[in-house]
Amino acid sequence: MSNAHPIPFRAILRHVLLIAGAALMLAPFIWMISTASKPQTEIFSSELHLIPHQFALAENLREAFAKANLLRFLLNGVIVTVSIFVLQVMVALPAAYALAKLRFLGRETLFALVLFGILIPPQATAIPVFLLLHKAGLLDSYAALVLPFTISVFGIFLMRQFFKTVPDDLVDAARMDGISEFGIVWRVMLPAAIPAVTAFGIFSVVAHWNDYFWPLIVLNSEHLRTPPLAVAHFRNSEAGTSYGPLMAAAMVIIAPLVIAFLFAQRRFIEGITLTGIK
Amino acid sequence: MAQIELSAIRKSFDGTDVLKGIDFRVEDGEFISLVGPSGCGKSTLLRIIAGLEPQNSGQVQIDGRPVDSIRPSARNLAMVFQSYALYPHLSTFDNIAVPLRMRRLSTIERLPLLGALLPSRRAKERHIRADVAGIAEQLDITPLLRRKPGQLSGGQRQRVAVGRAMVREPLAFLFDEPLSNLDAKLRVHMRAELAELHRRLKATFIYVTHDQAEAMTMSSRIAVMMGGELIQAGTPAEIYNDPGDIRVAEFIGSPKINVLPGRIRKDGGVDVLGTALKLSCSAAAGDCRVGVRPERIDLGAGPFSGSVVHLENLGAEAFVHLATEGAGLRLIARLADVRHVPAMASSVAFGFAPDAVRIFDPAGKRIEIRLEQAERIREPAHV
Amino acid sequence: MSDGSMTIGAAIAPASRATRRTLPAHGSRRAYSAYTLVTPAAALMLIMLLGPLAGVIALSFTDYQLGAPHFSWIGLSNYRDLFADKVFWTALRNTLAYVVIVVPGAVIAGLAIALLIQSGTSLRSLYRTIYFLPVMATLIAMAVVWEFMLHPQFGLVNGMLRSAGLPAFAWLQDRNTALYALCAIGIWQAVGFNMVLFLAGLVSIPKQLYEAAEIDGASSGWARFRLVTWPMLGPVTTFVVVISGIRSFQVFDTVHVLTKGGPSKSTEVLIHTMYTEGFEFFRSGYAAAITVVFLVFVLALTLIKSRLADRGVHYT
Repeated sequence: MSNAHPIPFRAILRHVLLIAGAALMLAPFIWMISTASKPQTEIFSSELHLIPHQFALAENLREAFAKANLLRFLLNGVIVTVSIFVLQVMVALPAAYALAKLRFLGRETLFALVLFGILIPPQATAIPVFLLLHKAGLLDSYAALVLPFTISVFGIFLMRQFFKTVPDDLVDAARMDGISEFGIVWRVMLPAAIPAVTAFGIFSVVAHWNDYFWPLIVLNSEHLRTPPLAVAHFRNSEAGTSYGPLMAAAMVIIAPLVIAFLFAQRRFIEGITLTGIK
Repeated sequence: MAQIELSAIRKSFDGTDVLKGIDFRVEDGEFISLVGPSGCGKSTLLRIIAGLEPQNSGQVQIDGRPVDSIRPSARNLAMVFQSYALYPHLSTFDNIAVPLRMRRLSTIERLPLLGALLPSRRAKERHIRADVAGIAEQLDITPLLRRKPGQLSGGQRQRVAVGRAMVREPLAFLFDEPLSNLDAKLRVHMRAELAELHRRLKATFIYVTHDQAEAMTMSSRIAVMMGGELIQAGTPAEIYNDPGDIRVAEFIGSPKINVLPGRIRKDGGVDVLGTALKLSCSAAAGDCRVGVRPERIDLGAGPFSGSVVHLENLGAEAFVHLATEGAGLRLIARLADVRHVPAMASSVAFGFAPDAVRIFDPAGKRIEIRLEQAERIREPAHV
Repeated sequence: MSDGSMTIGAAIAPASRATRRTLPAHGSRRAYSAYTLVTPAAALMLIMLLGPLAGVIALSFTDYQLGAPHFSWIGLSNYRDLFADKVFWTALRNTLAYVVIVVPGAVIAGLAIALLIQSGTSLRSLYRTIYFLPVMATLIAMAVVWEFMLHPQFGLVNGMLRSAGLPAFAWLQDRNTALYALCAIGIWQAVGFNMVLFLAGLVSIPKQLYEAAEIDGASSGWARFRLVTWPMLGPVTTFVVVISGIRSFQVFDTVHVLTKGGPSKSTEVLIHTMYTEGFEFFRSGYAAAITVVFLVFVLALTLIKSRLADRGVHYT
């Protein structure tokens, strides 16, 4: 791999190949921005050009925001992802602490169930959970979007693994200092686990911001739509006619995560590839 | 006044007996070391005293009051851990303040944002600040108060951990191998500091260590534990000179005590390597083990001889490793005067005074001996 | 040595004290708080995960339809119907085809990119960012972009093909190309994720191994790859293959928004069939049977992974 004297030819080949691949990866993003910046007439011309002759990004954005309540959908996305994450942490952290640091009857069984739960793909439980929400009269609400995800077995597993690395002495010191078991979770373990919680938070927020399947199933009302659902509906009502505003809308929907990613890419990559931790 | 009494403490983990009935009493103001090899149960015993681990049976009393149903923090003991166990996200100041805040502030006052607004909390915080500052002064860590544990050296962390223990003015201090994470030089320094702290506070110290040198140098009394039992307790000098069990003799002292196979004759005399020792005992005839400390072996004269197989010259003293002729036993002799170190592979005569000898039965129990008076007077003539 | 307060070899303690067995209150208090701490998680796990999992299996043996007043147990009837249904077989075949194309594509491309990035030192993090971007971007939004890129008349892809003098396709509207177009989007989206996992694997290979290989005569890059890189990446590769497989099995978003399984069922996949049956026709029992089939495949993949992982342990 590492050559003592790098041959320039090799280095050049590396860049040529990687740039070619990068162009392929970026093509949709570039095409999206390009199309979102073109007026209708330029979009529907068979002549290919990347830079619009006449910039129409503002018009397209304005039209997108006029046709769909994009701000509302973005807000929905924030409400849903943040609620899910906060509840996941509130449920998972105490359980993870107990699994990692306390001895109690049934601990091994519970942990085995957690490990088993990780294997269950979300689509597998969709029908019964849907029926459950239907019976509870909760369909088509924020609750329907949030409740099924309040339990993250993966989060429990991850935090439990992290808590295992926290020295027992620290927990004992906290007990000697008079902190209750519940207090230890929030006052000692949570601050110690901030990096792991952050990584899990990114994982969780990205997954649920981008989720399409579940909102599609449980939502009916327009005002509750999450960003992916909003794009899909926009596309269904506008396809074939106004690609400019559609691309502008797509841009708006992916912008929050992509911008956040560009600012903290190391943390994001860490968070999203969490499932890669053995 | 904190006197701690343990009676018949038993503990087992998953069917393995870790503590097999410990009875022990720590007097007020004592510096007592619990010493023993790893796995002997000393740390478990300390954790039971602290209340971090429930015992299976037996009782812990502090000042005559049973504390078995009392939570760790309510026992009013302080503990210093091997890894220091400082809260990594809190500054030195906040680390030391934790026990005070937990004790003095109500649940509402401890709430993150709301609590800070309460006037009652502000008054209490003033007192806490004063107390922490006082402790920091004593331990010479005032400049470190705003730093996080990650920015402190091992010795500094150690001091902060001691500060966190001191600030609550506990009935007793429990130390769980607190020096084992430090390098050798710092360890010696901290040994002196802890002994000094004990003299100053006059509090009860219970100190767990596997390092017999720490136990010997700091404590007023040592309790030696082996295999879940407390086998001997006494002052460092008693433990060193008067071991009641061969395991104690072997554990305390470095280099280890020399153990030679011996035989008790019918008349009570004792033979070692074919030579009769000038002492007798009243034990039954049979095999026994004869222990002699390295510094009690006299090189140059005596009834035994061996060849030098290894030399360790430390400058101020030297250790001579001998292999006895014939039996092939290994012994270590300490030589105070390094100018007279014998040559490697040379043959050396050696002996030891009868009062240097400690005799143990095959089970390891100590056998009392009588010295033969007349012989003892003649002994110095050899040298 | 004679210390009145201590009994040497205290095993023989006064019987009255030794037999007084106490479970100290603070010990049970800690167990009690353990149960308080795990109860919310355990309850939610039961309601939202394990219960529904049992439910979906049970449901697959009923004729339950959402809104129907009652249902009955019909044994394997759903499965019989399912296996007699041409659409199911089409969906299964398409899903498998999708997996068989996307997994090797995304794994090999991911590995190649990771090796290329790691083989030099310049611009590493820039490349990593670019290749990872598709993983971050909302797939539904990007699917819409892809749809326009694949537009028969005004799309970028056909435009470039035409300018190169090659024939153009209707891609998503053509039953012969639609599935491949979806595969391409799938690969495009998954490559970055796999790349990052491979990069992590590559970084963890000790440098000394390459030096040892060089001293042992592995002078070409390929020889070193065969001798060190590939075996050392074994466990990572297994993991990447399986996770790509599981994700590909779950393909739904692109299908639902771009083709709805068409044209003429050429892109019908398992989860999409399940969705249509369960949430458009509300035939819950039948959809549950499809879910069970899907579950069997996914769990089989996981099982293969843990088998291989056990074997891979000794060379990690």
